[in-house]
Order: sequence, then structure tokens, then C-alpha cells
Amino acid sequence: MQIFGLYNYWIVIILMMIGLYVVIASGNLIKKIVGLNIFQTSVFILYISIGKLQGGTAPILVEGVTSYSNPLPHVLILTAIVVGVATTALGLALAVRIYGAYDSIEEDEIQKQDATS
Amino acid sequence: MLGLLTVTAIAIARMDQLFAAVMLFGIYSLLSAALFVVMDAVDVAFTEAAVGAGIATILMLGALALTSREQHAVPRSRHWIALSVVVITGAALIYGTLDMPLYADPNAPAHLHVVPRYLQQSMQEIGIPNVVTSVLASYRGYDTLGETVVIFTAAVGVIGRLGIVPEGVVESKTGGMEHHLILRITAKLMLPLILLFALYVQFHGDFGPGGGFQAGVIFASAFILYGLVFGMRSVTRVAPSIVVRTLAAAGVLIYGGVGVISLLLGGNYLDYNVLGDQPKDGQHLGIFLVEFGVGMTVAASMISLFYAYASYKREE
Repeated sequence: MQIFGLYNYWIVIILMMIGLYVVIASGNLIKKIVGLNIFQTSVFILYISIGKLQGGTAPILVEGVTSYSNPLPHVLILTAIVVGVATTALGLALAVRIYGAYDSIEEDEIQKQDATS
Repeated sequence: MLGLLTVTAIAIARMDQLFAAVMLFGIYSLLSAALFVVMDAVDVAFTEAAVGAGIATILMLGALALTSREQHAVPRSRHWIALSVVVITGAALIYGTLDMPLYADPNAPAHLHVVPRYLQQSMQEIGIPNVVTSVLASYRGYDTLGETVVIFTAAVGVIGRLGIVPEGVVESKTGGMEHHLILRITAKLMLPLILLFALYVQFHGDFGPGGGFQAGVIFASAFILYGLVFGMRSVTRVAPSIVVRTLAAAGVLIYGGVGVISLLLGGNYLDYNVLGDQPKDGQHLGIFLVEFGVGMTVAASMISLFYAYASYKREE
């Protein structure tokens, strides 16, 4: 039971690390943003996992049900998702402008151009 | 489900074709939305499905269209450095989880504080079955106000980077799918349903899953669909860019305004009890207005993000 009880968190960590790997290893700015999004989703899953309650149901009050999952993480994450897409859009906009200025969204090429100019 | 998620994430990480990576990211979002349903977070699943699989994917595709579709392969040395950093961090984190409460444990600290009060008192204090909505709009109204402002600011930022649609002279690359008969007719059939559904989600958010954030995103997706199929010229005729921008600001203003009104009526900022004769009526009115403001800002911000990407022209 011990092993199974932490399974969710471990998957979250694996996802988080995949996202982090993409951010570190990839030189492409858009790919980096995709990696950040994977990371972000893993954090969402972490929060929702914490909110889950054994035998609980969705936190919408109905007669005859006494056990609900924790609504607080839901609130935090639901707003975070929308904020996340807005900030992603901002990041992508920056990438688009960088492409406009350097004709590339690869980190190494951008740095090379910076060094020569 | 979690296994599928992991597989998709690894596939994304290994993909050099950015187009495929973005499409896979849409699948990844949809999978995580399904996972949220399993974990009882219906409101969150709703949002993730609309945002992640819909709008985020479209924005990323838009950015790809404006840049390049392929990435350079990761150099070997960098690959190993990144992998070792990630493995070490991951191992440390997994070691950390050994002290965490078990999944769905009713005695976990997260379930013992504040939340029982929300679950037991919110029916008397606020009178709305959906606890997520009452926490979002009332108990934690400040947080939500802040988040709405962040969304608005991000939209302003994107517009600042990419420029606004010049009135009248819009001719974009995304436009012009009118000649695809099937697309056109399907889009026309879907549009009223999507808009109706968005309104339902907006106003039914008190009783079922839904609310301003979800409704705003769904509403925006209808406009984005229209813009994609019929071109920017048509969609800006329906919703001119200036109107959309004004609405985004007005939504934040409604939210903040409700707070100021409750101040003027003698309550605390965003304390809705003073808005009605009965505290509960006040709460209902306050939540309704606030959710309306949120929906307006989110929808308008998302639409203007789409406009900014669709009409951006590279300066030569």
C-alpha cells in the first residue's frame, strides 16, 4: 500500500523532470516553452492529487453525500491554468519577436550573432 | 492514465519536429484533463480541456507559423549534462515524497485545516452548491482578482510585443479557408452551440462545474474558430479589435468595481454580504458580477491574443 500511495507523486516528479530536461537540453525557444508547460501541468497534477480524498466526490454539495474532495487546490489550479496559458502566450510572443530580430529561435545561433555584432 | 501521460511527455521531449511536439502537447493536455476528472476536480478538468487542448495549442501553432518548424538536434554533451541534472533532482524529490501523506489519505494536513469550514459552512454562508465557485469568487476573491489582472496584463504584454490589428487593413495568412465546404458548414453549425454552451457554463457555474474562467475560454474558442475558418477580416467585423480590448479592461473594472461598491456600502473590500438585503442575496449578486467580469476579461484577452498572433506581420 505504501508503494501505491505515493505512485501519483512519483509520476508527477517524472513528468516534472521531463519538462525540466526539455528546458535545459533544448536550444529551441519554442520547445523550451513546451517543456515549461509540461512542468507546469505536472505541478497542477501534484496539487489535485493532494486534494483527492478517499471515497470523496466532486466538491459540489448535494444531499446525502458527506465526503468531498478538497476544493481549495481546485480553485488554485483552475485559475493557474488560465494564467498559465496567458503567460505562455507572452513567452511565445517574445519568441516570435526574437525570430524577427535574429531570424532564428535557436539559442546557440542567437548567441553567435550577439557575439559577432 | 499516468503511464500514458508519461509516455506522451517523453515523446514530446524526444521530438525534433516542433509541429508534432505541439500536437502531442494537445494530447497531453487532454489526457491530464481526463486525469483531473478521475481525481474529482471537474472544474479543473473543464478548464484544462478548453485551455490546454484548445487555446494553448492554437497559440503555439500560431507562433510556429511565425517562426520555424524544426529544431536543431540536442548536442550530445548537453544531453548528458541535462540528463544528469534531472536525474539527481528527481531522485532528491522522490526521496522527499517518502515523508508525504499517502494519496487520498483523509488525515493528510491539506484536508484538516480551512477546508472543512468551506465544505460545511459555505451552504449557510453563501448558499451555492458548487464549493469551488464559492471559494473562488468569495472566500478567496482577492486571489482571483489578482489572477484576472495577470491574464489582462499578459494580454496587454502580447499586444505590446506583436502590435494591434490595424483597423480596416486586415489581410492575414490564417484567413481564407472559406472554400473548404465541409469546414465552413461544420464551423457554422458548431458556432451557435459553442456560444450557447459558453453562456450555460458561465451562468450555471454556481450549481455545476463551470464559471467565468471556463466560460471565457470557451467563448473565445468560438471566435477563434470563426477567425480560423472565415479569416481575420470576418471575425474583426463581428468583434473589432478595439471592442475586444475595451471589454478585457471592462471585465477587470467590473471585478474591482464590485469590491469598491462593497467598500462604499460599509463592508470590507469584496465582502458581498452588504450588496443585498440578506447576506446570501448579496453573496449571489456579488459572485454573479465577479464571475461575469472574469468571463469577460478571459474571453476578451484570449481573443485579443489570437488577433495579435494572426495579424502579426514581420518587419523587413
